Amino acid sequence: MMKELLSQLRSVVVSLRLTVLLLALSIVLVFWATLDQVHLGVWAVQQKFFHSLFVFVAVGQIQVPVFPGGYLIGGLLLVNLISAHVYRFKLGWSKAGIWLAHIGLIMLLLGELVSGLVQQDFQMRLDEGETKNYSESLRRFELAVIDETDPAFDEVVAIPESYLSRGTVVQSPKLPFRVVPGTYYANAALQMRSQAPGAPATPATRGMGPQVAVTPLEVTYAENERNTPVSFVELAGPDASLGTWMVSPDIGMPQRFEYAGHKWRIAMRPERHYQPFSLTLVKFTHDIYPGTDIPKNFSSKVRINLADGGSPQEVLIYMNNPLRFAGLTYYQASYDNNSTILQVVRNPSWLVPYIACAAITLGLVIQFMIHLVAFATRRRSP
Amino acid sequence: MTRSTPVIVVAVAALCALSGLYQKPRGESEAVRAFGRLPVLAEGRMKPLDSLARSTLLVIQARQRVVRPDGTEITPDQWLLDAMFYPEKADTYRTFVVDNTDLLLLIGKNDESLAIHYKSTAEQLGAILDLLPTRQRRMSFSEIEPFIPAIEAQYKLAEPVEAAARTQFQSAVVQLYGNLSRYIRLRHAILPEKGEDFLSELLQLEETLPAAVEAVRAKEAGKPHDEAKAGAVIAAGQKFISMSESTDILAIPPEEGDPQHGSWRNAGQALLETFGQGFVNPSVLAYTGMGYAWRHGEEEKFGHIVQMYGSSIGKRFPAEVRKVRIETLFNAAEPFYACMIIYLAAFLFAALSWLRWQEPARLSAWGLVALAWVLATVGIATRMWLEGRPPVTNLYSSALFIGWGSVALCLVLEWAFKNAIGSAAAGVIGFATLMIAHHLALAGDTLEMMRAVLDSNFWLGTHVVVVTTGYASTFLAGMLAVIYVLRGVFTRTLDKGTADSLARMVYGIVCFATLFSFVGTTLGGIWADQSWGRFWGWDPKENGALIIVIWNALILHARWAGLVRQRGLMCLAIFGNIVTSWSWFGTNMLGIGLHSYGFTQAAFWWLTAFIASQLALIGIACLPPGRWRSFRA
Repeated sequence: MMKELLSQLRSVVVSLRLTVLLLALSIVLVFWATLDQVHLGVWAVQQKFFHSLFVFVAVGQIQVPVFPGGYLIGGLLLVNLISAHVYRFKLGWSKAGIWLAHIGLIMLLLGELVSGLVQQDFQMRLDEGETKNYSESLRRFELAVIDETDPAFDEVVAIPESYLSRGTVVQSPKLPFRVVPGTYYANAALQMRSQAPGAPATPATRGMGPQVAVTPLEVTYAENERNTPVSFVELAGPDASLGTWMVSPDIGMPQRFEYAGHKWRIAMRPERHYQPFSLTLVKFTHDIYPGTDIPKNFSSKVRINLADGGSPQEVLIYMNNPLRFAGLTYYQASYDNNSTILQVVRNPSWLVPYIACAAITLGLVIQFMIHLVAFATRRRSP
Repeated sequence: MTRSTPVIVVAVAALCALSGLYQKPRGESEAVRAFGRLPVLAEGRMKPLDSLARSTLLVIQARQRVVRPDGTEITPDQWLLDAMFYPEKADTYRTFVVDNTDLLLLIGKNDESLAIHYKSTAEQLGAILDLLPTRQRRMSFSEIEPFIPAIEAQYKLAEPVEAAARTQFQSAVVQLYGNLSRYIRLRHAILPEKGEDFLSELLQLEETLPAAVEAVRAKEAGKPHDEAKAGAVIAAGQKFISMSESTDILAIPPEEGDPQHGSWRNAGQALLETFGQGFVNPSVLAYTGMGYAWRHGEEEKFGHIVQMYGSSIGKRFPAEVRKVRIETLFNAAEPFYACMIIYLAAFLFAALSWLRWQEPARLSAWGLVALAWVLATVGIATRMWLEGRPPVTNLYSSALFIGWGSVALCLVLEWAFKNAIGSAAAGVIGFATLMIAHHLALAGDTLEMMRAVLDSNFWLGTHVVVVTTGYASTFLAGMLAVIYVLRGVFTRTLDKGTADSLARMVYGIVCFATLFSFVGTTLGGIWADQSWGRFWGWDPKENGALIIVIWNALILHARWAGLVRQRGLMCLAIFGNIVTSWSWFGTNMLGIGLHSYGFTQAAFWWLTAFIASQLALIGIACLPPGRWRSFRA
């Protein structure tokens, strides 16, 4: 009985019918996800449809799984593919193309899974002449508590945004006080209190906070909008509270205070990713076609300064010509007046799709050539 | 029909097609044509005034021919001359298409006031059957002019709304406003507002220039001066400033010895240099002189100035002028229009071959397809040379290339199978894609410049060409399946042999489509990895291409699994048409993502209609074999 069931299961798992079903499901998934991009934006769609086991749809208050997600379909396709090849394993030239194409496909699926899990995106914004040794996250923020006493360098304690949203209290050996996160909004609008007379009271007691009214907003996923998180943070000394600060990346002015003989600054800023070298923007150029506002090209000449004092080198980054350096890739993404915006990507598996696609292409060409030759010979010998 | 028929048919078609190169347009003198060949810099590229006239007319009135109020027709070049130099006349030509009823109401029109009343019974019948238009679609500038403030107010309300979210009225307002300002910019290309006498103004200015400039200097220094002379210079300067701001057509070439070879500018900008250099720009004077002669109907003088100016430009910019001449010739020859008609004829001959005169008709069809394909090749090659780009750079050229690629495959199929099916498919696809291209040309200059992100000939030449070939072959498989279904269900001509060879053709083309759509999509991924740092970003256009790949793979696997036989294969191949058309146009209509080239409302209607027709064909294909006329015993 059990054996029968197993053999039935096996014949389903290795069957071409399952392949066709999974292909059909994946088409529906991709199509639906594309339509949903209009409302959700591309980032949220990836989380909802592709980086998930199931696609959930809200029915009333409950999230109901209604359709297999990218991980499930992709995983089943992998199982189907691998088991079919193992089960029907036959060595011979006539199937060489199919083998190669499918091995490439397995690599492609696994490679996309890996890059979905490990790929990181940052941005680097540079004015002409400016030097930076870090890039900034596009979506994640951090709370930085900075000891500015020594004018030569800053001592920074960076606390991830997730600590603020969960309310985790932070005690660090570098800080003479604890950081106690209070109310947190993932997205909010700031307004001067003088312009919003009816605004409710604020928990902030120090810094800019008391003069600013905070209105919580819905979290946005739109491509061209960004969330502005706001958090109220209390700093608690051993004896008494220092007060509560409001922090947000939208506050333009630095919030400074003095405590225990040190000068401090507190700020919420995009999460920083430091690298062991720095980039200087030597020159940014940007042309448009004459008589129009269509951008013709933009490019950034940057200097790479190595931390070990090696001789700096200058490179030109422009559209379709990124800089790959130390595991990071810098792309010319955009510009803002005279400052350049570089997209910074860390993706250790970037080479996998190249190899996989070459394998699939070669496999398909071999297989279809075999078909074609067979067809031609058949026609020639009536 | 005899054996020499195919040769005669193809020869006649070739002669008709080539006549476009030698035929002189009615009522257009050599001087006007020479004017059309003058180069200007507009929308970022050097082009002949002839192209400017044609693309502007296509955008604002959806056709190139202009009908004057007295019913006579004029060519695009003549219209451009009137618009630039005789605006009082051009303003009365009905050259602005307005279809939206709410917008018509805004400019004080309704169906009744626009109704066309036909006299003859035949024409009235035609109107009832929708063969003839029942109302005026086009208005003149002077009819619309009084309502421009109202249109502008509505435009300001509609413009901030995202293109995809606009109502039909809003898009119509934005479009009309754009067309009006395009026309006004053209009207001010050389002459200022109320510039009937601009030539004498300029000549007078040149004469009195030294004394007048002296007067202005004295006035600035606070010394005694001739107030009238200084005032005249300041007024002229203000006029030139406003001229320089009211057009985007850079008609004036850089001066001789100008180190910056590229600095073409508009007439106003060139005139502003008058005070510094002490003379009026000679190119502006030449154009103003042409305008004067044109206004006063002095044909000979007009031709003389055009010729003088043209030859001086030709000496200074030989390469540009040669290019522009070829473009003008290309405009006049209209190779794709000729192709369209030949494809249609080819389809008719192919269909004929299934009924009678088998071999001569089949060979005629094949010859016509080959002729049209050669013409299309020349046309596409000319466009590539003009642009200095690979064949596909925008939606318009993708339509040309999809047709070209499909027809090339059809020629191979016909050569291998010799059953006229390849030619019939070529006729339909060739005609349809050129029709689509014609409608896409209504969006503006089809040789437009590439945005920075797309500026890579290598990737345009590989990714775009290969993926477009994938689209073309998927469409071809679908087309062959349509022929199978229509012939099988409605005629008795689909015998066993034909059915089997059609099935083999579809299978072969699907294999080809799988390969090309996969490789093309992959190359796109590699390009994306090179320029944005991710191989795959789930952008709508990428997803569309991915769906085509998966769909082709699904067809192959379904056949290998024995899930479908001949008819099932045909149904799947027809659905491939839907998948491909969605990827080609539907993804652009979402108005999001990196590949969104603009939302086209009319295209949405056509896409829906096309999808519905394909679903209907699948429905017909699902009829039991007993209902197929060819399969009935």
